[in-house]
Amino acid sequence: MAKVPVQFTLNGSEKAEFIESGTTLLHALRDKIGDTSPKGGCHQGTCGACSVIIDGELRLSCLTLAETCDGADIRTTAGLAEGGVLHPLQRAFLDAFATQCGFCTPGMIMAAKALLDRTPNPSREEVVEALSGNICRCTGYEPIIQAVLTAARADSQNAA
Amino acid sequence: MELRKDYFADVRKDGLHEIGQPRPRLDSPGHVTGKTAYFADRILPGMLHLKMVRSPHHHARIRSIDTSEAEKHPGVVKVLTAKDVPHNVYTILILIQIGPEDETVLADGKVRWKGEAVAAVLAETERAAQEAAAKVKVDYEVLPAVFDMEEALKPGAPLVNEYHGQNYYLYDSGECRKVRFGDVDAGFAEADHILEQTYQSSPIEHAPTETTGCVVAPEGNDRFTCYTNTQAMFFTLDNASIILQMPGSKLHFVGGTVGGGFGGKVDVIVEPIAILAAKLTGRPVSFIYSREEEMQISSPRAAEKVVIKDGVMKDGRIVARKVTGYTDAGAYSRHSPYGAQKGAAHYPGPYTIPNVWIDTYCVYTNRTPSSAMRGFGVTIGDFALEVQMDKLARLIGMDPLEFRFINAYRDGDMKAHRQPTEGAALIECMQEASRAANWPVADKYMAMSSYRKGA
Amino acid sequence: MSLALQTFSTVKDANAALQASGTRYLGGGTLVVRAANEGDVSVSSLVRVTEPSLSAVSVSGGKARLGASVTMAAITRHPELAALAPAARAVGGPAIRNMATVGGNLFAPAPYGDFAVALLALNATVAVEDGEMPVETFLAGRDTSRAVVTAVSLSLPEAESFRFLKVSRVKPKGVSVLSIAALLQRTADGTVTSARIAHGCMADRSMRAKAAEKALLGCKLTPEEIAPALAVAGEDITPITDPIASAWYRAEVLPVHLGRLLLS
Repeated sequence: MAKVPVQFTLNGSEKAEFIESGTTLLHALRDKIGDTSPKGGCHQGTCGACSVIIDGELRLSCLTLAETCDGADIRTTAGLAEGGVLHPLQRAFLDAFATQCGFCTPGMIMAAKALLDRTPNPSREEVVEALSGNICRCTGYEPIIQAVLTAARADSQNAA
Repeated sequence: MELRKDYFADVRKDGLHEIGQPRPRLDSPGHVTGKTAYFADRILPGMLHLKMVRSPHHHARIRSIDTSEAEKHPGVVKVLTAKDVPHNVYTILILIQIGPEDETVLADGKVRWKGEAVAAVLAETERAAQEAAAKVKVDYEVLPAVFDMEEALKPGAPLVNEYHGQNYYLYDSGECRKVRFGDVDAGFAEADHILEQTYQSSPIEHAPTETTGCVVAPEGNDRFTCYTNTQAMFFTLDNASIILQMPGSKLHFVGGTVGGGFGGKVDVIVEPIAILAAKLTGRPVSFIYSREEEMQISSPRAAEKVVIKDGVMKDGRIVARKVTGYTDAGAYSRHSPYGAQKGAAHYPGPYTIPNVWIDTYCVYTNRTPSSAMRGFGVTIGDFALEVQMDKLARLIGMDPLEFRFINAYRDGDMKAHRQPTEGAALIECMQEASRAANWPVADKYMAMSSYRKGA
Repeated sequence: MSLALQTFSTVKDANAALQASGTRYLGGGTLVVRAANEGDVSVSSLVRVTEPSLSAVSVSGGKARLGASVTMAAITRHPELAALAPAARAVGGPAIRNMATVGGNLFAPAPYGDFAVALLALNATVAVEDGEMPVETFLAGRDTSRAVVTAVSLSLPEAESFRFLKVSRVKPKGVSVLSIAALLQRTADGTVTSARIAHGCMADRSMRAKAAEKALLGCKLTPEEIAPALAVAGEDITPITDPIASAWYRAEVLPVHLGRLLLS
């Protein structure tokens, strides 16, 4: 099988791997690099559990071929906490009981981060829209929405 | 959160320090940091991928299976068929003596539902396994299939499952689970009104975000570690032990972290074949359902049909209730004989009725085997019962909530199953619901209690 | 055969590579990578093009040219493409919109392809390396298309003349029960002088509602006057059946939603 080199930045650190051509970013991150925070829930772009941020944009790693990410800046939930201190979104998800089984959580947090990076003080409607590609099958959407709103408020307080 | 402590104040110790208090979940820190290890996060060197060849037919005889082309496909390590499985015919509830064994791990001579596992392909990559699966040649002789429970119960219907010999589960009580209490015919004769209605439901898929699967590692000492998202850990270990004819001490199950289950991950489908594959290849094996498999192959909640016949008096008392329930097990038992039995135990609902007759059938059809899901055997019955209650109230021109107060079971009432009621709280729940929903009922109902004098 | 990706800098080279059997073009990945993930082993080779013009948007003189690789998200954010934003926003969730492309949407089988419904109502033109054709012609022949779509061009509609509706069961976002786009020119008193209506999920790809278009001519948008158009809205449709809705249901609710769109 043809292997191709791919280099990108994952959560601020340089990664260089030889991967089989046609490998999805989800598999490359999980199987090659060992970042298992993106989850494979449907592999068809429906559930959002594999959501990552590539060059500032929310994307689905299950539908993205790794070799198209050469030179990209990739962010996952595993890289969100800095120096052992939880990101405000992580803190808010924890405090607001916004996790049940937890399988959708890393994707939800990435979708929320992509929103807050562009829209630091979102309305409830904007939060709902931003999470609309992510399925929580435990149906705990309300605490998740509240967690994102709480994190946005916490962030703006820190910035003030 | 508000705790209403005035209910049952005299029978409850009031030292509630935990209930009503938010406490952090133990698993949340792992969830929010992406560190929680689900079974599929165990990525092992040299891991093989298992893909299942599945029946395209609802009911067919297998004339032959030719795996030779698939075995030659680049990247393929092994192809498993029925002959490789030590104890191929099993049933999961055999652990609690509910037989007969009626299901094959890999189809042997026959398939009984569309999607049934026929051969397992093991390859170095998922892609190679998918390509090779397409090369397994199975010669089928298609048989007539039956999809409707009433059709299946008619004489001359195609026999779905030879291990049962008829298209229903044979309980020790006969063709169905039965409850007989009082004299329903006398009750109907005495009733002011009789209402008979039929309620039906379709199968419901749990659709967890994490699909069913497991990862198995041979430990090099004849022992196998199985990372799984089963919701039934020891149940799965014991059944795997039977299917593999391997002592339980050789099996190390690691789990408890489930990406959504809702009762749908209790069927012991992926673990035995993956452990067998690891044993026969000496390699770690990953068997993870695709989304399509999760939706089409994993057991749904059973389709049910419920026929309820009630005799009711003008004053609101239900004097007779006859329920016939049908649970569509699909092609194999799994948990459905138990589900149908639960239905018999659940009817006539939380109401005190002097004359009750219940029959619940577990029926086999050529549909996807159904099994457990949150409250299976009960949930659909509750839907039917409560819609029926509303219809009965309307029939006699009574408020539907007051109608339920009249019939609610209370402590000391004899239930149809000849268990005296104790610890009932339906009256109090309805009183609170009446307040919360702003649906007032007459004062006499608000003054009721689940206690009865002398109970 | 494993899956392999070939990257080309020109459309010309990509078109040459696309002639090989088992080869498909990779746009945003939401169709072809999905198919591969789901076990479609008929595709063994993917082709993509990095030519910058494919990602360009140009707007001038009331006309827009959208490069085939322009994403739905880029359209929703573009200040001069506000007329197209509702249709682009109807596609997927935020992550899908950051990936799904204009070109890819032309190939999306129902119940997907909501943006193509808008393009059909707007009478867009589809460009490939050696020419252009109306989107209606392109959609009809898309199954045998072996050339990279390079761009879609259209006249941007006046704000009041273009309407788009997507109906789904899940809020705020779900797969289409159906989608409808309508381009209506009206006189000052509201009489319809021209109508172009497209719907999604009424066949395996977006189709025009020609009988309804014709019936609307000379009408004002009142419940009474649009009734004949609603009565013929279901002519020549072959709706899809999928887990979202049956063909019967889609056919039943089509006139209801068309009516709501016309009266909105």
